[in-house]
Amino acid sequence: MSDNTDQLLRNILTDVLGLKPGQAEGFDAGTGLFGHLPELDSMAVAGLLTELEDRLDIVIEDDEIDGEMLETFGGLLAFAEAKRAEA
Amino acid sequence: MTPATWPCPLPAGGEAREYALVFDKAREPRLLIVPALFEESNRLRRFTVEVMRRLDAAGIDSFLPDLPGCNESLQPLERQDTTDWLDAAAAAARHFGATHVLGLRGGCLFTPPGLPAWHYAPVKAATLLRQMLRARILSAREAGDEETRELLAETAAISGIELSGYRLSASFFRHFETMVPGARATTIGQDAVGGSGLWMRAEPDENAAQADALAAILTQAIAA
Repeated sequence: MSDNTDQLLRNILTDVLGLKPGQAEGFDAGTGLFGHLPELDSMAVAGLLTELEDRLDIVIEDDEIDGEMLETFGGLLAFAEAKRAEA
Repeated sequence: MTPATWPCPLPAGGEAREYALVFDKAREPRLLIVPALFEESNRLRRFTVEVMRRLDAAGIDSFLPDLPGCNESLQPLERQDTTDWLDAAAAAARHFGATHVLGLRGGCLFTPPGLPAWHYAPVKAATLLRQMLRARILSAREAGDEETRELLAETAAISGIELSGYRLSASFFRHFETMVPGARATTIGQDAVGGSGLWMRAEPDENAAQADALAAILTQAIAA
C-alpha cells in the first residue's frame, strides 16, 4: 500500500512549495528540506504535515515530529512510509 | 475595484466602519465574499481579488469585507468572538444588498444565512486550529521550548492564545473550535477548480487558470 508514498510526497511538496511541474522529481534522499529551504518555516511545515495526514490518511503526533525527519526528502519519506505501514 | 466602508456592529452596541474591496456598478447579482481566515487570508487574497475581477467582467458585483480584527480593521482581534464575525458578515450582506454569498475556506464558517451560498474548499475550524497549534509547537521547539497541544488548547480556552501572530480570545477559541461549515451551501471543491489549493502554499502565489475556473463556476451557478 505504501508503494505510491514517494510520488504522493513529491506531489505534496510541489503543492506546498509551489514548485514547477517535474521539479520535485529531481529530489533524492539527500535533498534538504526544513532548514534548507527558506520558505519552509514552521507555519509551512505545519501545513505540509496537515496535507500529509490528509492525503496519506495518517495521523502524525506532535512528539513524532523531529528535526531529523524533516531535514531531508529521504527522512520525510521514510517517516511517511513507516506511518502508512502501521496505519 | 474600489475601497469602500460599511457599518459593522460593535459587541457593546454602536458600530465601527470597516473596509471592503468592492466592484459595485449597482448590478444584480451582488455577491458577498467572506474571506479566508488568518494566514490563509493572506495566501488567498490575490486569488480572491482575481476572481472578483473576472466576476466583474461577467457582470456580477462583488464585495469583500474585512472581518473585524482582520486585515485593515482597527478593531482588536483579541476582543472578537465568533458571534461578532457572524453579525459582521450579516451586516455586510445587508449593507451591500447582497443577493448571493461565497465563503472561502474558513470564511465558509461565517457565511450569513438566508442567501444562496457557495463554499469554496470549506474547512472545519478544528482543522485550522490544529495546523496553527502545530506551527506554534514547532516554532517553540526550534526555540528550545516544549509545548503540548493539550496544554495549549486548555490554556487557550481559559485565557486565550496567540497562534501564528493572531491573538485569539478564550471565548473565541472555545466557540470557534467546534464550528463546521453549514450544510445548506453548495460546495465547490478544489478538484472542480483544478490544480492545488493556493491556501497551502508556503508563499502567497496566484493562478490565473484557477481564478478563471472559480469565476466561471460561480457565474454559471448564479445565473442558473
